[in-house]
Amino acid sequence: MTASKKNEPIIEVKHLSKQYNIGVDRTYKTLSDSLACAVKNPLKTLKESFKPNNTFWALKDVNFEIERGEVVGIIGRNGAGKSTLLKILSRITHPTEGEIRMRGRVGSLLEVGTGFHPELSGRENIYFNGAILGMKKREIDEKFDEIVKFSGVEKFLDTPVKRYSSGMNVRLAFSVAAYLDPEILVVDEVLAVGDAAFQKKCLGKMEEVAEGGRTVLFVSHNMSMISSLCETAILLEEGIVKERGPTGKVINAYLNSGQEATGQIIFSENHPGDGEAILLAARILDKDGGPITEARIDEDIFIEMEYELLKNDMRVYANFHIYDSYGQLVFVTSDSKLDYRSELKRKAGIYVSKCKIPANTLNSNTYYFTFALTDVYPLQVHFYEKDLLFVTVNDPIEGVFSRPEGYSGPMPGAVRPLLEWELYKPKNNKFGDAL
Amino acid sequence: MTEHPTDYELIIRPKYGLLDLNWQELKEYRELLFFLALREIKIRYKQTLMGASWALLQPLFTMIIFTLIFGRLAQIPSEGIPYPIFSYSGLLIWTYFSNALSQSSNSLVGNGNLLSKVYMPRIFIPTASCLAGIIDYGIAMSILAVMMVYYRLVPNITILLLPVIVVLTFMLASGMGYWLSSICVKYRDVKFILPFFIQMLMFVSPVIYPTDIVGEKLQWLLYLNPLTGLIDAHRACILGHTPVDFVSISISTVLTIVIFLSGILYLKHTEKDFADLI
Repeated sequence: MTASKKNEPIIEVKHLSKQYNIGVDRTYKTLSDSLACAVKNPLKTLKESFKPNNTFWALKDVNFEIERGEVVGIIGRNGAGKSTLLKILSRITHPTEGEIRMRGRVGSLLEVGTGFHPELSGRENIYFNGAILGMKKREIDEKFDEIVKFSGVEKFLDTPVKRYSSGMNVRLAFSVAAYLDPEILVVDEVLAVGDAAFQKKCLGKMEEVAEGGRTVLFVSHNMSMISSLCETAILLEEGIVKERGPTGKVINAYLNSGQEATGQIIFSENHPGDGEAILLAARILDKDGGPITEARIDEDIFIEMEYELLKNDMRVYANFHIYDSYGQLVFVTSDSKLDYRSELKRKAGIYVSKCKIPANTLNSNTYYFTFALTDVYPLQVHFYEKDLLFVTVNDPIEGVFSRPEGYSGPMPGAVRPLLEWELYKPKNNKFGDAL
Repeated sequence: MTEHPTDYELIIRPKYGLLDLNWQELKEYRELLFFLALREIKIRYKQTLMGASWALLQPLFTMIIFTLIFGRLAQIPSEGIPYPIFSYSGLLIWTYFSNALSQSSNSLVGNGNLLSKVYMPRIFIPTASCLAGIIDYGIAMSILAVMMVYYRLVPNITILLLPVIVVLTFMLASGMGYWLSSICVKYRDVKFILPFFIQMLMFVSPVIYPTDIVGEKLQWLLYLNPLTGLIDAHRACILGHTPVDFVSISISTVLTIVIFLSGILYLKHTEKDFADLI
């Protein structure tokens, strides 16, 4: 091992770009279609294939280096190019331009249980999946017992996996992946699987891998996971590296990027919507009516949409969809003031629908809000704007009633409502006096 | 994997080259080829009542039907040996070839998640389908052995050619499989054309009739089909009823190698887009 080589970055990405064709139908094409097109109108077909707007750059001139042993989080909104980057690093798809140098073997986990076959037993699938992930048979033999133990499906090892519950399936699949032992590990958001206990186990395993001096690239939407696992991060935005550096700084840049950071969006042109209703503005407000991106867990949060009905006699209802940072839908709430059985019809004009999420409803997490306007009879969606705004709910711990007094550890769950509790002594119970 | 950490360097660049075979990598992943083939073998007859005996029954039933129709009704000649064993020996290798071809042609699309979620030599997927079929061929061979005892046919020294013929048939099925499976990723039409293509191929191959049934003048046309030499030689070397025709097997060998190598090149050339198209 020469010293110079050791000091070289383990991954060097230079001017990496990836272009996708977004023709009329880019995934599925029949021979006759393309033949007919080419025969009928050869010039047009040629022209179309050179048309610039038929293509889309998923990544554009991406440059970065990763040092040996670095654990890097890759963050960005949906469509920012994270998955494309991982796919190129895993050699699943090829770059259009640029070059990557990797000075170590790559193992990638873009999905758990790739190649699992329902008819095969757990044992057979461990071997097959291991081989697919690039393990040698000898390696799998060595780790077999550990894999089985980690998965907790010892008893069903010779049962076809189609008889497994979905939880068992996922646990087995992750366990194989967890024992993958390459120099560079590329992980897509595969940890969002299984029950909470297993997730915790997986996270522990990931931490172990990270501390073991291996280079890890980790894509996630879950900021708390990124900040606990990774010391540095890369923020991708529309195919470009927007920020690269210490995790905290990059996460901040992510959360504050774009206009969302102001807690409101006002559409001055290109209003989302159809010919009947359009969205004018979306806001997340505190109790004083100021737009916010952060709130204390014990403060009320108000969501508001301003929209215009372009037609008379509409029976629409506003609705908000709230997702947590894991991408999990937490709940949907719709305008309950309007009762459609009463045939309430509204005149054309501008309206505001505002909803209050009471204090102590959401947990401490980042929540993304989808703004939608829907017609029921007949069912019609006028607009559905996903993840327009977000709010980060903070738990200052001190003085928060929804956690046990004196306890400062994590409070898991999608929501953390403050519910009504009672405490009393049961009657006619011999233990009753124990209280 | 951690034994040689530093001398390893992988460069990922846009792919343009035509000749881009990475033998080192194929060698490194060879166990996966074995696992893929094993998986195919294991799942093929899962949840069937008859299990692997289907490998016997498929050519057996076809032989019975063909014997009734072509042997009895149409009175097709059979190179001086009983028609049942004549057709079975042809069907044996034909069944292997046609199953291998249809499975390998659909293999890339059928394993879409392997293409889009992991990296591995894509060429192994159609290859494994063709490898797995050899087991079925071996099982079905037992019936031929029984028939040979019954009809008192003894193979001669040319039976040593049998492994070569099986390997050539495997290469032919794989080569065509490489072409068709790669095309199928982009144009699913292949799925619909394939059954007709295979059926047509059977009628232009000497499975149910001997080559000399076609007039001398047109026989060369038959030899353009690489299967002709393979099926004839397969039959002759096992049954020993007629000498192996080395001219036709040579033609078949050349054609097979051309199809096999061009198939590899075509698959290698198109594979960079598989994950984006699937």
